[in-house]
Amino acid sequence: MKKKKIRWAKALPIYIMMLPGVLYFIVNNYLPMAGIVIAFKKINYRKGIFKSPWNGLDNFQFLFQSGSVVTMIRNTVLYNLVFITLGTVLAITVAILMNEIRSKVANRVYQTVILLPYLMSWVVVSYLVYAFLAGENGYVNNTIIPALGGSTKINFYQEKIFWPFILFFVNQWKGLGFNMIIYLAAVIGISPDYYEAARIDGATKWQQITKITIPQLLPTIITLFILNVGRMFYSDFGLFYQIPKNSGPLYDVTMTIDTFVYNALMNQNNISMSSAAGFIQSIVGFILVMSANGLIRKVSKENAMF
Amino acid sequence: MGILSKEEKIFQAVAHVVLTIGCILAIVPFWLLIAASFSSDAYATKYGYKFIPGELSLEAYRFIFNQWDQIGRAYFITVIVTVIGTALGIMLVSMLAYGLVQKDVPGVKAIFLAIMVTMLFNGGLVPTYLIYSNVVHVKNTIWGLILPNLLMSGFTVILVKNYFTTSIPGELIEAAEIDGAGQFNIFFKIVMPLSTPILATVGLMAAVTYWNDWQNGLYYISESKLYSIQLLLNEMNNNIQYLANNASNLAGVDTSTMPSVTIRLAIAVVAILPILLVYPFFQKYFAKGIVMGAVKG
Repeated sequence: MKKKKIRWAKALPIYIMMLPGVLYFIVNNYLPMAGIVIAFKKINYRKGIFKSPWNGLDNFQFLFQSGSVVTMIRNTVLYNLVFITLGTVLAITVAILMNEIRSKVANRVYQTVILLPYLMSWVVVSYLVYAFLAGENGYVNNTIIPALGGSTKINFYQEKIFWPFILFFVNQWKGLGFNMIIYLAAVIGISPDYYEAARIDGATKWQQITKITIPQLLPTIITLFILNVGRMFYSDFGLFYQIPKNSGPLYDVTMTIDTFVYNALMNQNNISMSSAAGFIQSIVGFILVMSANGLIRKVSKENAMF
Repeated sequence: MGILSKEEKIFQAVAHVVLTIGCILAIVPFWLLIAASFSSDAYATKYGYKFIPGELSLEAYRFIFNQWDQIGRAYFITVIVTVIGTALGIMLVSMLAYGLVQKDVPGVKAIFLAIMVTMLFNGGLVPTYLIYSNVVHVKNTIWGLILPNLLMSGFTVILVKNYFTTSIPGELIEAAEIDGAGQFNIFFKIVMPLSTPILATVGLMAAVTYWNDWQNGLYYISESKLYSIQLLLNEMNNNIQYLANNASNLAGVDTSTMPSVTIRLAIAVVAILPILLVYPFFQKYFAKGIVMGAVKG
């Protein structure tokens, strides 16, 4: 081993190249990380974020008194659980079926079309949903309900009972293609030898799926499952903000930690409550990610982050 | 390929049926949106949005065309932000990733670890918002739409770094170094051209992110002259009269006659049209990007 002597002729240009990226991470990631201390401060813009006075746990007290904590954590976690479980089952089913399609053209068309919704922004999706659900002009109220013999119009954006289903459906509509593609890549990666051997032994298609495909997918399923559990305290802000149009009467079933933090910060200008909720999210999120990673290391080491 | 057994044939048929239903479900909302946007406002008001409108009309599109100074401007902002953000992002990511590959430069490992940490822990919206608005001062500047998405995530950097390690022959770099080539030369003349597959994939994902972004606008932009097309849609969600209220009236349009029921659909159609046209050609690369990004998370 040569003694460590910095070759500046090489190191200097490398540092220069890395500088913009490093600066970016400092501003975009590290300053906000340090900034979570504002959850314990009474923010004063004139003094600046870091020089504002401390106020102990007051912000958390405000937050818990608001009565929203249980609702937002319940919604965030429950929606995640449903999305992870049912979403995975749907995605794997579609991926397996997709893998069965032998016609290259059909395969390409199916993939392209099913992935299309994923390319739409949540704002655009909210317009698509609105065309169906709008109170006065929506397709459901004007065509489907009369066809079923009903006569009253449903004010969807005020009626919370429908929203768990709507949100699940919309989430799957947009995300299914994305999840399916990931599992499809894993299904394609399974060695054809297994199926060949199974066919020679007279295994049926169904047996091939349950005895070869699913077990072979297990590492991918477990890894993605654990990764998603690590994100349990985070929700897709666009889904929960844009699709219900941030409608107040629906908050009981649509409010997640992310929409609460946004509304408290931007609409009520309430930094103390939003920073306290954000703090809880960051810390619990961190604990979940670390535990998830620890679990992945045990299950399939090569998929762990570190 | 042998002859299909009866069971396999049934299986094939089931797959086709299920996937066709899936495709129809994926397409139907777009159909409703587009069909209803061509409906006359009076018809849509009376009978609602239909898959086959009873009265065809271009009035919503005529209104949009008359307001093109607003909508065209929003399009312009979207394009500028997408182009600058994607180009700048690719540069930053690849330069950083190239540095991370240099094992003989001190400090590189520490930087790598620091990037990993950002994937595990983040400050969340409130501090990020306060830093960007009070320290970086991006509010109501075009940078408010560009900077927050610039590197996408630390994961992107690591993705590119892994490509550099696995797909660019070390001997090539060494030979160039022995020939006395500087690091900038090596990076721009050897590494970048050899990395077009990964840079194209990362760039495509970045471009889609920028094109679709409305969140940063929600946080940092309140001046309508900086609205992107997504922000315009977001604004019209809150206030359908937005276009009419801001009409410049140069063309002498009577803004009180805005086709308010169909206009919101028509403007959404105008916003998604470029994606619908371009997407089929990029689908393959897009799917590739998803697979690369997802599993090794």
